[in-house]
Formats: sequence, structure tokens, C-alpha cells
Amino acid sequence: MRTLTGCEALREALREEMRRDKTVFCLGEDIGVYGGAFGVTRGLLDAFGPERVLDTPISEAGFTGVAIGAALAGSRPVVEIMFMDFILLAFDQLANMAAKSRYVFGPHAACPLVIRTPGGGGRGYGPTHSQSLEALFAHIPGLKIVAPSTPADAKTLLKAAIRDDNPVLFVEHKLLYSLRGEVPARASSRVERLGKARVVRKGRDVTIVAWSWMTELARRAARDLAEAGVDAEVVDLRTLSPLDSETVMTSVARTGRLLIVEEGCRTGGFAAEIGFQAFESVFDRLDAPIRRVTCPDVPISASPVLEQAALPSQTAIAAAAAALMTDEI
Amino acid sequence: MRGLDECHAYRLMLTIRCFEEKVEALFARGLIHGTAHAAIGQEAAAAGACLALRRGRDYVTSTHRGHGHCLACGGDARRIMAELFGKETGYSRGRGGSQLMADFSLGFLGSNGITGGGIPVATGAALSFKLRRARRVALCFFGDGAANQGVFHEALNMAALWNLPVVYMCENNRYAMSMPVERAMAVSGIAERAPGYGMPGLTVDGNDLDAVYRAVTAAAQRARRGEGPTLIECRTYRLSGHSRGDPRCYRTREEEAQWRRRDPIPAYRARLRERGLLSADEDRRLRREARDIVRDAVAFAKRSPAPDPATLEQGVYA
Repeated sequence: MRTLTGCEALREALREEMRRDKTVFCLGEDIGVYGGAFGVTRGLLDAFGPERVLDTPISEAGFTGVAIGAALAGSRPVVEIMFMDFILLAFDQLANMAAKSRYVFGPHAACPLVIRTPGGGGRGYGPTHSQSLEALFAHIPGLKIVAPSTPADAKTLLKAAIRDDNPVLFVEHKLLYSLRGEVPARASSRVERLGKARVVRKGRDVTIVAWSWMTELARRAARDLAEAGVDAEVVDLRTLSPLDSETVMTSVARTGRLLIVEEGCRTGGFAAEIGFQAFESVFDRLDAPIRRVTCPDVPISASPVLEQAALPSQTAIAAAAAALMTDEI
Repeated sequence: MRGLDECHAYRLMLTIRCFEEKVEALFARGLIHGTAHAAIGQEAAAAGACLALRRGRDYVTSTHRGHGHCLACGGDARRIMAELFGKETGYSRGRGGSQLMADFSLGFLGSNGITGGGIPVATGAALSFKLRRARRVALCFFGDGAANQGVFHEALNMAALWNLPVVYMCENNRYAMSMPVERAMAVSGIAERAPGYGMPGLTVDGNDLDAVYRAVTAAAQRARRGEGPTLIECRTYRLSGHSRGDPRCYRTREEEAQWRRRDPIPAYRARLRERGLLSADEDRRLRREARDIVRDAVAFAKRSPAPDPATLEQGVYA
């Protein structure tokens, strides 16, 4: 099978969806001639013209609100927010308008909107260009949150997000852009619905739950663990909202041990939510206390040394999983 | 005036006034709870603007003070009142309350609990019209207070840049809650800002329905011709308090009395009488009709069922 980078896979998804549905259009900063800060929309301007690949002024709140209005009026906008950190400028529009419209105004007021945004660290971009803020948005009912970990998922989940009738926050990890992976060549006519997690590695001893780039690290850690005689199962959430609790809890009930990996900060993080759900639903199946590997409660530094010290690492994940094997309740 | 049924416009203003007075009375009697913002004194702006649009084709976004806008778009008084009562038959089935109701079939994209929240939404609806080559217009109501929100500047810049078919309809009622406009902005009017975005701006007497109607008609025509947005500032006055329990300590009774003399409804009535468009009998009939609409709306709201708590978690997602 052919391979693509995450960036190429995302571009292919946009291209296919824009070709399929004339109401789909992209807007955001520097997405036209420049092709987006990370190159995802490169070439789309030539293919679809300046109205459907719309460069915006630096007005995140404004153009996110504009996209919401366009969505309510029958278009399917795909917004690019250049860095996830900047989405905070548009928080009001997403939380107070996009997320509530369907619930308050009824079925006619569905808001089919995708917000694509590069999240996460690892590139030395510093405190305001490296955050993983998905937990903030997971607290808002009405938003869906997607965070793919492979090029193949990047493509299929972006297509699913564009066809979804809800506002979808689509988190693209910056390290996913250059990650290469197999992506089926032919566009599948069937597009899946959002909300299914996937067991990306089967194992007996411990369940490692992750999403986005942390899934990739968890897979690598699982290989290390296998050499040490620990058979880890890795569950990739793929979407945080809706959360596929069933897949997660089925795995935990089987392995009896749960490690959650989150790139975002510890306090109030999404790992805490998954951990507590496990406590509520499969407590009697647990053989060890739940553990998590997260970023500590600090901003992400620009210095590579400090950045690496803050972000969860393959080694830390493997160590936490190994420690779980000797933990007991 | 060309295209305008003056008596219909007059009755619409009467209905809005009657509705808002009833809302205040119902609050005072504890029959409805939560919050609501009445637009007493601002009826000419709501009615004049909405009557200049094509119902159901053009879109309107509103503010937290939106009962009148909804009625002016053809909204059902029964469903608005039921929403205030928190009933299942309300526009938002009790989910929204006074500040959040919509009727997409009428092009009424909703009132908004966030000051200025509707400004980019209307702009986006206009962008969608443009992309689809639809000769339709979005009109955005907002207040003087909202003109100081960041999204106001961002949205107007984009609308002018992209030549969008949108009419920015500012109801400058002199106060953002208690904050007088001259203490909130250094320029003397909202329309003065229009050249800064590259669009025409005009100031009209917001208490003169005909003036509002003329201005919005022209702006909507301009938008439909593909010539872009217009910012209209309607100078008006909120005769009522900001919301229930407003002591109105930030303004004088003299100032209120001055504006009461400029109440848009008696002025319009006098104009129609003078032009021979409204007889005394007709006037009585229209007033009675307005009262009946509101009385019927209250009765409907009272007898409507409350929402079923079992449905609480339904409809969060499409």
C-alpha cells in the first residue's frame, strides 16, 4: 500500500471533500498562496479558487464566528486555526454559539463546522504555540473532538468530521504532519461516523489509553515493554467526544491495569476523566491503581531540554506501565 | 411610503410595546422568572429594519434584547411568550429563555446571550450567501455596547474586505446596561467608525420608523447589488430599565422624560393620522388587536406544558 505523511493525508481529505460537496470551503490565516503554516492546504487555492480557500485577516474570534454563521446558513466551513493556542481567542464563539445552537434552537440549527488546528509540542515553539488544550473543549457539551494519531486516520476522520453535522474540533498534532504511514489509495465511498476508538495493539497485561501523538509514543513504548516481557494493549481514542468508553473499559476489564497518557497538563486533564470512568465502571476488575503520564502543570518551554522534560516520553510511558505490573490494590 | 404598509408597521410596534409591557408586568408578579430585557422605546428600529427585508429569504441575527426583533421578523408571539415561561411550546422548548430563540423558517437566526455574539454570525451568513451566489441579505442587530467588542471590529473588517451582503444595524440606545455611550467610546457615534472599515456609515433617527425603513431598504438594495455592507446607527432610547430590578440610577428622570416625548409610537400614530392613513376607529382596532395578540400569547404560554425533564440530555448533538 502507498504511504503518505499526515500532512498529505489531510490535504487529500480536504481535496476529496471539497470536490464532492460544493458547500465545503476552507478559511483561515495564510491558507491560500502560503498553503497554511504547516502546508496542509498547499495547492488547494489553485484547485478551488480564492472563495473556497479563503485567506482571513488575523481575527480568530471573528472568522470562527463567521464560519458558524456560514454553517447555520447552509455551508460547511473548515476553519484552520494556525496554532491550537490561538483557539482561545475564539473560545466564546465555539462554546457559547457553535456548541449550543443545536440544543437551544433545535434541529434546524445544526452547525456543521470543522475547526482544524495543530496542537501539541515537540517542536520547540514555546509556551503559546505548543499547548494541548483538548481537555478544555471536552468540558463543553455540543462540541465533538477528534485527535488522530496516524495518516490514515487523519484522512478518514477529517472526512468524517466534514460530513458530521456538529461543530468538530479536529486536533492535528504537529508531529503527525511529517509522520509517514499507509493510507489506502482509493477513496472509500463509506465514511465512518465519529466516536469509535481503536485497539491499535493487542495485549494481555496492561491497557494504555492515548490519543493523538501520545498514541504513537504509546505504541513505541509497547514495543519496549514487549522486550521486557510486558504485553501492553494500546487503545487509541481517536475521538475524545464522543468518547468510546465501551472499547476502553472492555480492554481495562480484560487486562485489569490502566495507564492513561495525556500530553496536556495534569490537573483537570482528560486522563482524569477516563480514569474516573474506569473507577466507576470497572473498579472491581482492576488489579492495580490507575496511573497516568501527563505533562506536569507547567507551561511548555521553548528550550528543548525543558520541553522534553515537560512532555510525556516513550521512556516514561514504558516505565509507568512496567511499574503498574508490580502495583497492587 | 413605497413598499411599506404603514398601518401594519404601526400595529407591529404596538404589538412589540404591548408584549414588552406585559413581560415586565409578568415579572413583577413573579409569573415568569430568570431574566428578560425589554426594548420599550426601541420598537421603530426593530419594525423599520425587519419590514425592509424579504421575509424568510433574508437572515436576521438579534441581541439579548430580541423579543421585538423576533416579532418584527414575523415571529409567533405565542412561542416567544411560552419561551419566557420556560414551556415546551416555546421557540427553544424552554432551553433558551428570553435571550435565546430563533425561527429559521423566518430567517430569524436567533437572539444571543453574548453581547456582540451575533455580529460575526450574521457576517458568516452573508458570506454563505455570497459563496452560493444567492441575492440575499443578512441583517445584524446589535447595541452600542456590542460595538466595543472585538468581534465587531473583526467582522466589519472582513465584511468590507469581502464585500458581503450584510447590514449592520446598531441600536444605540445610549446605555450599555448602565454605561453611557460617551464614557465607553471616544468617538461621538458608532457610524463614525464605518470609514475605518471601508464601508458607508449613516446615522438615522431610530425612533422614526420611516427613516429606519428607508435606510435599511437602501442598504439592503446595495448589498443585493453586490456592493457590500453598510453600518447604520439608529439613535434611540431604552425607556424601560436594562432588565428586571434595574434602579436606573445611572440616568435622570428628566432625561427619560425628554425621550418619552420622543416615543416612536405616538409620533408614528400622529403621522399616520395626519396623512389620513389611520382613522380613530382603525387606531382603536389596531390597538385592540395588539392587546389580543399578547393576551392570547400569555394564555397559550400559561396552558402549555413544561418541558419533560426526561428529554434533558436529548439534542445536544445533531
